Amino acid sequence: MDYTDIIADHFANPRNVGVIAPADAEAVVSNPACGDTMHLYLRIENQCITEAKFKTMGCPAAIAAGSVTTELLIGRGVTEALALTRAEVNTALGGLSPQKVHTSVLAEDAVRAALRKYLQQSSR
Amino acid sequence: MPEGKRQIYLDHNATTPVLPEVCDVLLRYYREDFGNPSSVHHYGRRARVAVDEARDSVAALLDAPASSISFSSGGTEANNTILKGLALAGQGHGRHLVTSQIEHPAVLDTCAALEQLGYRVTYVPVDTQGVVSPEAVQAALTDETIGVSIMYANNETGVLQPIADIARVVRARGIAMHTDAVQAFGKMPLRVEALGVDFLSFSGHKLYAPKGVGGWYARPGMSLPPLLHGGHQERGMRSGTENVAGIAALGKACEIASRDMAQEWARQQQLQQRLEHGIQERIADVCIQGCEAPRLPNTSNIAFAGAEGEALMMRLDLQGVAISTGSACSSGSLEPSHVLHAMGVPEAYMHGALRLSLGRSTTLDDIEYVLSILPGLVENTRALSIL
Repeated sequence: MDYTDIIADHFANPRNVGVIAPADAEAVVSNPACGDTMHLYLRIENQCITEAKFKTMGCPAAIAAGSVTTELLIGRGVTEALALTRAEVNTALGGLSPQKVHTSVLAEDAVRAALRKYLQQSSR
Repeated sequence: MPEGKRQIYLDHNATTPVLPEVCDVLLRYYREDFGNPSSVHHYGRRARVAVDEARDSVAALLDAPASSISFSSGGTEANNTILKGLALAGQGHGRHLVTSQIEHPAVLDTCAALEQLGYRVTYVPVDTQGVVSPEAVQAALTDETIGVSIMYANNETGVLQPIADIARVVRARGIAMHTDAVQAFGKMPLRVEALGVDFLSFSGHKLYAPKGVGGWYARPGMSLPPLLHGGHQERGMRSGTENVAGIAALGKACEIASRDMAQEWARQQQLQQRLEHGIQERIADVCIQGCEAPRLPNTSNIAFAGAEGEALMMRLDLQGVAISTGSACSSGSLEPSHVLHAMGVPEAYMHGALRLSLGRSTTLDDIEYVLSILPGLVENTRALSIL
């Protein structure tokens, strides 16, 4: 398994691990094929993400993807955060190997699921 | 790896280090007695003697005649030669093969390739302990069956298969019986006559010889078409200039295995018990695969609920301990281990399995070190993942 130094660092020292309760937005997403599950929690103030926390049951790449995603999210506006892509997560990690690209998809899915739910709720 | 940090290798089922005495043999046949065994001059004759003596050493370990042993590039080539040879030789009689769901990819993928060519393959299931039953094999046999291939010891769990009992029912039907004994060879007595197998594959690098050498036993009178044609080496069964150094090294490794086998079995069994009991005492929600079945004493496949295997493997690696995941999400397929799947390991444990495989250099101190760090690493991994 080829892991960049950035991935190794995020795996060994994951940022923003934990739970926000109650969170303004949250989502649990899974990849049934490999068993990876990511839980993402966001605190949103004035349409801006002020806090992001995560928990991941998964391989080192999945943990690193969760960790770097929380870093990418904090400080972003909701609309800007919705535009976060797997490619951006991949780049921030210094490049995932082809077998591990699915971990960035999981992170992207978690962000979109959490924010879409948030937007639906706040538009009601 | 930081300088001076403790390094422990617990992945002997993946490969083993070449023993110093074995390495001396390698170097001798690389540097001095480098001749081609097919050459008639004294360089060639010395190389020929080395190959013949190695064949004797392998044969002694299997209690087989030397003429029944052929050398190859390793276990994969041996398995391919036998399975494809059986298929080719038997196609006039039938096009059905029987194997199990827990075989190594060198057998499973070869069978899949044969299926592409129009052969039919039955993959016999295992019980929850990972054991293939002779009855299940018997039930799979048909009038069209031309060969059965069941591994001796599973590489992921170490679980031993009842090969003698399986061979009895297979050969009673006049069908050829093969066992892939790569993980058992050199670790325990394998007497081909007592086992009743027609073909047996082995590899060098699992028993402290180098990579790139292995071979197979074929019962006298059981001939197969070769996979490789050419210069008629290995009595035409495997053409290509012999890997003299590797073969001589394998012979030396077999002598050492034969000498130390009983002692190493007992020693590693004690270490295995200490490791497994220690883990069960210190960590909750642990599942040891095949723990009620006869197993190799060097292999422990241990799953931790709620902790992903590769993450645990990496944390151990950062602490200097090299092991394998028993359930890889690494092959690109994302599928958990086909072996654990076949055993029906509960979903909670499926993604959290580690394979620790001990070897000659493993000490009680190594095991105690693993026991001292593993509970914390499992706890950290679980803390990250509990939802």
